[in-house]
Amino acid sequence: MTAPPSAAGAASSVSAASPDSSRSSPGSALAELVDITKTFGALVANDAISLSVLPGEVHALLGENGAGKSTLTRILYGLSQPDSGEIRVDGRVKRISSPADAMEAGIGMVTQEFSLVDTMTVTENLMLAGVGLGRINRAAARAKVLAAAERIGVSIDPDAIVEDLSVGQRQRVEIVKALFHDCRVLILDEPTAVLVPQDVEQLFDSIGRLTSAGMGVIFISHKLHEVTRIADRISILRRGRIVASRPAAGLEPRDIAALMVGAESVAAPVASAENETLADALATSIGLDPADLDGPSVSVGGSALPSAAIRDRSRATRATSPISEATALQITDVTLGNDGSRVLDAVTLSVRRGEILGIAGVSGNGQTELVNVLCGTLTADRGSVMVDQTEISGLDPAARIRAGFGRLTEDRKGSVIPGLSVGQNLVLEDLDRFRIGPFLNRGAVREHVQKLIERFDIRAQPGDPIRSLSGGNMQKVLLARAISRGPKALVASQPTRGLDIGACEYVYSQLRALRDEGAGVLLISEDLDELLGICDRIAVIFSGRIIGELPAADATPEALGLLMTGHDTGAADDSDAAVNA
Amino acid sequence: MDFPVFAVLAAMLTIATPLVWAALGAVINERAGIMNLGIEGTMYAGAFCGFFAAATSGSAWFGLGAAVVAGVVAGALMALLTVTLGVNQHVAGIGITLLLVAACDFANRLLFSSGSQTITAKFDRLFAGGGIFSQYPLTYVAFLVLAPALWWVLRSSGFGLRLRAVGENPEAADAAGIPVARTRYAALILGGAMMAIGGSFLTLSLLGTFTIDIVSGRGWICIALVIFGRWKVWPVVGGALLFAVTDALQLQLAITSLFSGVPNELMIAFPYLVVIAALAIWGRGVRYPGSYLKPYRRA
Ligand SMILES: Nc1ncnc2c1ncn2[C@@H]1O[C@H](COP(=O)(O)OP(=O)(O)OP(=O)(O)O)[C@@H](O)[C@H]1O
Ligand SMILES: [Mg+2]
Repeated sequence: MTAPPSAAGAASSVSAASPDSSRSSPGSALAELVDITKTFGALVANDAISLSVLPGEVHALLGENGAGKSTLTRILYGLSQPDSGEIRVDGRVKRISSPADAMEAGIGMVTQEFSLVDTMTVTENLMLAGVGLGRINRAAARAKVLAAAERIGVSIDPDAIVEDLSVGQRQRVEIVKALFHDCRVLILDEPTAVLVPQDVEQLFDSIGRLTSAGMGVIFISHKLHEVTRIADRISILRRGRIVASRPAAGLEPRDIAALMVGAESVAAPVASAENETLADALATSIGLDPADLDGPSVSVGGSALPSAAIRDRSRATRATSPISEATALQITDVTLGNDGSRVLDAVTLSVRRGEILGIAGVSGNGQTELVNVLCGTLTADRGSVMVDQTEISGLDPAARIRAGFGRLTEDRKGSVIPGLSVGQNLVLEDLDRFRIGPFLNRGAVREHVQKLIERFDIRAQPGDPIRSLSGGNMQKVLLARAISRGPKALVASQPTRGLDIGACEYVYSQLRALRDEGAGVLLISEDLDELLGICDRIAVIFSGRIIGELPAADATPEALGLLMTGHDTGAADDSDAAVNA
Repeated sequence: MDFPVFAVLAAMLTIATPLVWAALGAVINERAGIMNLGIEGTMYAGAFCGFFAAATSGSAWFGLGAAVVAGVVAGALMALLTVTLGVNQHVAGIGITLLLVAACDFANRLLFSSGSQTITAKFDRLFAGGGIFSQYPLTYVAFLVLAPALWWVLRSSGFGLRLRAVGENPEAADAAGIPVARTRYAALILGGAMMAIGGSFLTLSLLGTFTIDIVSGRGWICIALVIFGRWKVWPVVGGALLFAVTDALQLQLAITSLFSGVPNELMIAFPYLVVIAALAIWGRGVRYPGSYLKPYRRA
C-alpha cells in the first residue's frame, strides 16, 4: 500500500503550498524529501514520506521509538540511501550519496548516536569535516572552536580528548560541531536528550538565532513541551508514515500526544484512572489532600502534559510497600582521584529495600565514574560497596551480577555486543542458567528470550542484530536483561534518555515494580521531572560530592537546581538531617 | 678485546633501513584501520621487480621505479579485497603474500633459469669510507626524510587527520564527509609502495642480486614492530633499530672465536627472539586503532 491516509497526504504536502503559512518566503523550501521509502528487509522504516524545511523554520519531527525519524533524517544527510524517492535542495533535485554531498548542499546534522573520534581532541574532531589534505591550522581551528562554543553559549575545552569527556559534554561538542560549518539546514536528532535544563535553554537560544538568520532546522525530540516551545511546524511519524503535519501555533502538548498515540490507544487512560484512585487512597491514608500532590508538579520546567502525567502517576504509586530498614545497596566513603582533583569524594549513600533513591546533578560531576565504580569497571581508591550485606567492591563485574547487583548504564551501545543478536544479548549475563555441561541449551534460551521479548514488548525478532534496534528497543533489551534476573539492587543511569513517552513510562513502571518487589533502585538522572516523579529520596551530586539529600515529597525543582549548581543550602542540610534522624 | 662499535652501528642503520620503510608503510595502513599481512609478499615483489627492471634496463633508478609500481599494485589489490569487497583482512593479506611470493619465484625461475647469479646495476654507498656515514641513499631518506615527514603528516596534515579518523571511527569520519573507502585505498597504496621500496633495498642496494627467500620474514617483523611502537612513527623506528642492532651484533659475534661453539641458526634467530621478548614485555595492554580489522559499510 502506497497511498497514505488522506489527512496525512494533505498534511505532508503542506510545506510546498500551505496557504496558511505566515512566513515571508513560503514555497521555497530549503530542502525537501519527496516520497522517500526505505526498507530494512521486511521492515518498512520509511513509507513514501515527504517532508520539507523552510527558511527560518523549526520543523519538529515526533514519533515513538522506531517510527523512522532517524532513518529519514539520515537519508537527508547522506548517511543512508533511500530505496526510492528524491531529495530537493532549493527546489532542484539533488543526489545526496554521502555526508560530503550533504554538507556541500548546506545540510548539517547532529546524529543521535555520537559520531566523534574518541582518541582525538575536540578541536581535531571539529576540524574533520571539510579538512583538506595539506597542512592543518590548529591554532586557527582552536580559536574557531572557542568562538563557536561561545556563540551558542557553552564552554568547551578545545584541547580535551573526547574520551575523557562525559556523555553530556560530548553531546555539547556534537552540537558545536554541527554549527561549526556553515550550513543552511541543520538536523538535530534528539539533541536535548542529554542536556540539563539550562543548556536546553541555551540551545534554544542558539536555534532561535540561527533561524532568525534564515536557517532551517529539523528538530527531533520526544519531549513534547520542548517541541511546542520551539517548533514552527510539527510532523508526526508512526510506523514509517507521516500521520500528521501541522503548524505548531496553538498546539498543546496534550494535542500532540493525542496525535501521536492515535485513536487506537485506550490503555493509557484506564491505567491512569486506576492509579488516580490509588493515589487518592494513598494520599488519604497518609493524611494529605491529593490536590497538594498534583499541584506543584504541573508547572515543573514549563512542561505540561506528559511528564506531569508521569509524575502524577508515579507519585501516586510511591511507597505502596513500606520502605524497609534493611539496606539493599550501601555505598560508603567511595573516593576516586587524588587530593588535588577528586572525581568522587567520600560518596556515602544507602538505598533501602523497597526504595528508589535518585541522584540529581549536572552531567560531568562524577555520575559516570560512580556508576563505573559500582559496576566494577573502575576501581575506587577507597570505600566500600555492599549489596544486601555482601561486600562487592573487590569483585569483578560478573561476580557482582551474581551477588544480586543489576545495572543499566548510560552508554547503551557499550552495554551490548553489537554483533550479536537480540536473543544472544539477552542471555549474555546468565549463560550459566542455560548450560548443559559445556553446551548451551538452545531450546531453553529460545524460550527464555521469547518470554522476555513478549514481557518487555521488544519490537524485534530474537535473531535481529542488536545494532539495528532503535534506542528505545535497545533500552528495553537492557532493561529486560537486568530486571529478569531479579536483582536486589539496581543502578539505572539515565535510563530514559532518548525514549519516547510510552517507553519512558514503561521503564518507570518496571523500576517501580522492581522496587515494590523489595529491591533497592539507585536512579541517576538529569531529568528533574523524572526524579521528582519516581524517587522516594533524592540526593544531589556536585563535583563528586553528595552535597544534599531530600525526601522527594519535600523537594522542589528550585531547591534541587540550587544544589545542582553547588549551592549548599541550609534547608537542604536540615532535611538531610531529618531524613537521617 | 677491541670491539668494533662503529662497524656495528653502521651495520645497524643499514639493516634497519628496509624495516623502517616497510614498517612505516604498515603504520599508514594500520592507522587507517587495516592490517596488511600482504607486507611480506609486497616486500618480496618489490625486491624481485626492482631487481628484474634494473637487470634488464641497467639502471638502479629504473629498478626502484618498478618496485614502486609493484607496491602500488599490491596495495591496490589489498584495498580491492578488504575495502571494496570486505574480505577478512587476515585472509586477504596472507593470500596476497602467498600469491606474490609464488609469482616472483616462478618468474625468477623462468627468466633467470641459470640460478640467481645475475648481478644488476645497484645503488652505491654515499661517502665511501665515511665510517658510520657511509650509507646507501635510501638509508638517508628513511631516517632523515621519510620518518620526519610521516610524523608530520600524521600529526599536522589534513591527510593524517583523515587517516586517523578513518582508522578510529569510520562512522564519524563518514559523517564528517571524509571518503572512507578512498582514504583507505590511498593508505594501502602509499603503504604498499613503501613496503616494496623496503624490499627493493635488499636487491638494489645491499646485494645487487635476487635470491629465493630474500625477505626472510622481515615483513612479519614489521607487523610486530608496529604493535611494539604503538602505531607511532618514532617508537616504530626505535623498534626497527633495536632489531637491527641485535642483528648486527649477532653478525659481529658470529665471526669472533668466542661464540664458535654456538650453532649459527641460534645466532640468526637471536634478533627475532629479542623482538618477541620486547613484544611480550611492552606489547601488552596496547590500544589498537578503533576500527582495526573491521570493514566499513554504510547502513
Ligand atoms: N541498519 C538497520 N538495519 C535494520 N533495521 C534498521 C536499521 N536501522 C534502523 N532500523 C529499523 O528501522 C526502524 C526505524 O528506526 P529509526 O532509528 O529511524 O527510529 P527512530 O524513529 O529514530 O526511533 P528512536 O526514537 O528510538 O530514535 C526501527 O524499527 C529500526 O529497528
Ligand atoms: Mg532515532
